[in-house]
Amino acid sequence: MPHDNSYTGQEFKVVGNRFARPDGVDKVTGRARYGADASAPGQLVARVLRSPHAHAKITKIDTAKAERLSGVKAVITSDDLPDLTGGDRGMADILENCMARGRALYDGHAVAAVAAVDEQTARKALKLIKVTYEVLPHVTDVDEAMKPEAPVIHDWVFTGGVNPQPTKPCNVANRTEMGHGDVDAGFAQADVVIERSYKTEQTHQGYIEPHACLASVNSDGSAEMWVTTQGPFSYRTVCASLLGMDLAKLKVTSSEIGGGFGGKTHVWAEPLALALSRKANRPVKLVMTRDEVFRATGPTASTSIDVKVGAKKNGEITAAELELRYQGGAFPGIWGMLGCMTGFACYDIANQRSVGWDVIVNRPKVAAYRAPSAPMAAYAVESIMDVVAEEIGMDPVDFRLKNVAKEGAQAPYGPIYGPIGIESALNAVKENPHMKVKLKKNQGRGVACGFWFNIGGQTCVDLNIGTDGSVNLAVGTVDVGGARSSMGMIAAEELGIDYEDVKVHVADTASLGHNDTTEGSRGTFSSGMATIFAARDAIEVLKERAAQMLDVPKESIQWENGTASATGAENSNLPTLTLKEIAAKSHNTGGPIAGHNEVTADGAGMGFAAHICDVEVDPETGLTKILKYTVVQDAGKAIHPDYVEGQFQGAAAQGIGWALNEEYVYGEDGRLQNPGFLDYRIPVCSDLPFIDTMILEIPNPNHPYGIRGVGETSIVPPLGAVGNAIANATGVRMNHAPMSPIRVLEALDRAGVSGDQVSAG
Amino acid sequence: MQVSLNGALRSAADGNGSVDVDAATIRELITKLVDRFPKLSAEVDKGVAVAIDGVVYRDDWTVRIPDDAEVFLMPRIAGG
Amino acid sequence: MSEAVLVSTTVNGDVVEFACPTDEVLLDSLRDRVGLTGVKEGCGTGDCGACSITLDGQLVCSCLVLGVEADGRDITTVEGLTEDGELHPLQQKFIDHAALQCGVCTPGFLVAAKALLDRNPNPTETEIRYALAGNLCRCTGYDKIVRAVQASAKELNKARR
Repeated sequence: MPHDNSYTGQEFKVVGNRFARPDGVDKVTGRARYGADASAPGQLVARVLRSPHAHAKITKIDTAKAERLSGVKAVITSDDLPDLTGGDRGMADILENCMARGRALYDGHAVAAVAAVDEQTARKALKLIKVTYEVLPHVTDVDEAMKPEAPVIHDWVFTGGVNPQPTKPCNVANRTEMGHGDVDAGFAQADVVIERSYKTEQTHQGYIEPHACLASVNSDGSAEMWVTTQGPFSYRTVCASLLGMDLAKLKVTSSEIGGGFGGKTHVWAEPLALALSRKANRPVKLVMTRDEVFRATGPTASTSIDVKVGAKKNGEITAAELELRYQGGAFPGIWGMLGCMTGFACYDIANQRSVGWDVIVNRPKVAAYRAPSAPMAAYAVESIMDVVAEEIGMDPVDFRLKNVAKEGAQAPYGPIYGPIGIESALNAVKENPHMKVKLKKNQGRGVACGFWFNIGGQTCVDLNIGTDGSVNLAVGTVDVGGARSSMGMIAAEELGIDYEDVKVHVADTASLGHNDTTEGSRGTFSSGMATIFAARDAIEVLKERAAQMLDVPKESIQWENGTASATGAENSNLPTLTLKEIAAKSHNTGGPIAGHNEVTADGAGMGFAAHICDVEVDPETGLTKILKYTVVQDAGKAIHPDYVEGQFQGAAAQGIGWALNEEYVYGEDGRLQNPGFLDYRIPVCSDLPFIDTMILEIPNPNHPYGIRGVGETSIVPPLGAVGNAIANATGVRMNHAPMSPIRVLEALDRAGVSGDQVSAG
Repeated sequence: MQVSLNGALRSAADGNGSVDVDAATIRELITKLVDRFPKLSAEVDKGVAVAIDGVVYRDDWTVRIPDDAEVFLMPRIAGG
Repeated sequence: MSEAVLVSTTVNGDVVEFACPTDEVLLDSLRDRVGLTGVKEGCGTGDCGACSITLDGQLVCSCLVLGVEADGRDITTVEGLTEDGELHPLQQKFIDHAALQCGVCTPGFLVAAKALLDRNPNPTETEIRYALAGNLCRCTGYDKIVRAVQASAKELNKARR
């Protein structure tokens, strides 16, 4: 029976409190087991040989010497991974990304892999593999790759989305156009039209735990994999498909996950570990080095963006246009399209057009990174919003509020918004005490908005009530930031029992039905919905059992505060039964008591945030220091406020890192120059202040509790907020992120601003 | 009912930004659109979502579409 | 196989012996030979602090120390922070303040924070931030970690009084 997912406005007893997480003790004592923390009897160690070239034809791979080395049990190349994808282009790309097939497409592209008895032997074996390369011309910059003279990376890519379709292959995989209204007429009505161009560099999700798995394939074709992943079920689907295995015979267990942020939604070396295990007939453990993580997994797109906004003197935006060029690495992506869908999402603009170009370059295959594609488009939009506001002499927050998207506005991707939180967030920003903090010399303040979709997707949970009345809840979305607490709270809320009586665990793929990957801020929204319905399912069973115990019809049983009681004056002498009492008698009333739910969780709400950032810019060094930072975001309903705040703060910190430090630096040779945490510098503790948070709760009408996903949105505003703050501090507008000391210094020099001239914002 | 299309979906529907379709469910809507515009088939395989009165449905094709609903066919997105 | 040396060391109060290849880092010895997988590898180059331990009371990245250098030394890892089954105040405060999300950096932070509080029982916020600047966290933005360390310092000082 389908459940009603409408928001009901119910009163909460458990939800909204701050309980200790069930995995807390394991994680502070070192007992929690992550991807690299499992071992199996007789396990081998895998290592991967990677291309040192950005683009090269592989003419020969000689593995004979490596195979002869004592202790080496298997060596694989693409020959050991025959193409079983049957014309599925997306799957074929994944396969080719896992291991080069005749051509290395980027620095770090896997070429061969070995499994050996220990680390030392495996490393030695890699050195004995002789690969003959014929180096090809390469291109790593998105604008360069679009030029007619650029080396064409794939001869099968013809630009999609243009009419007529080109007959010559090129690096532009796709053109996407979105928007509505009449842009030309809109610009004609404007008093002010401003155009700007921005660039953002490639960044990495930067999870602290490298990719790791332990794969074990048996001679009967059954297999197990322990792996750090956001999506054990999708890893199973992809791995089984690439290796020609039955889904049911491959059991994937997601370990504790040491950060993912989108980077662990995709398979990288996991199929290689399975192929090595199959060949060696031994369990194989594959753990990436940090260098491999940077060179061959993750990153987000680097971009080049033009933006144009027309406005009347009263602040009304009459038209806006975006042209977004996103590189997706060595394979076609959807990243420019996502930029089109999100760029203007915070504003109600009657005449707007966004054109996105998805471009192929010799860099690693781009993966989702927290609100993928939105931060870059927002950098351009939120920067130009301040420029236009200044031009028409309007306060930048008021200018945003004048044009803010409300319920009923049309989103850039087409539909009309339901109730959304960006106006409330901007009003909260305007009223926030942070806005009144006095700024000194070289200091400035910036505000920016951000949007990201939420998704739902296929979800199921099992809720089993033990004979002592304690509850096990099995979920299929992974716990990336405290989700087990939230799910336990929701189960306790529905059942009317204590939070401590519920134990939540993340199930493996053999123990629970398919669950979509934990991505798109869907975990709490979707598994929360399934948990509510599963608990209500269990309550129906509990009522039926209580009816038996009290000898009354089920219809007369009501469930309240974790107890069953019979209604009606004639039953007033009957006892109330607690969940524990009903559970204790379950063997006499029909056996185990459980609740289940399988749901396609649709109707996810949209996530909006507004941030305030104060900076101080050192005019001598160009160094920008974050002085104070505030995040305001709509959560719909915060189940566990600590972990909602944690998402806000973590996302803001990643955005700040992107704004100020983080970037992939490629040399002329097409090699990544900084594949390590020393040179790819993510924010450290001393770089940041406390990050203040304000949770807004504008219920999502399509969730019983009003939940919206909160994981991603707050990585979107920081680039714009930091850029606006720097402009406010220095009078100089940065148009290239990260706004690192050297870029800020160059911009100050270009503008002729010396240290003395920089004044208070 | 009018169905609006954007981006690559519009291109696949021979450039039509708006199409008149008579459909009671998402399944019927998509089937009829693919019948009329065979090029949409590849886009549907890549993944589409349908927004009905502003609520985005990515997966469930059994959802009923009210007569006077505002309907948008859009790419099916995921996230990080 | 490179040459191996017999290493005798004290880990979390227990004497431990293992044969250690001369080119093996202590991080791998602790994880693979002693079985203490609470010591995490995030980078292997001393940049992330996930493998932080104390060696004779000194905070070090165990990925930058050879296993053979541990001979005759005294090592504390995250597994050694609990006493008689009781969580150390830092461990408890990390849970209470939601100072961890994925938790993979947590062992390193706890060891580093304990080294700080052992040395400086009343650190300022700035001192905490600089003392923990060698430990990378990608989930929290450090906010709740700093608050947890501040709360731990307060509690430890109360206990001392």
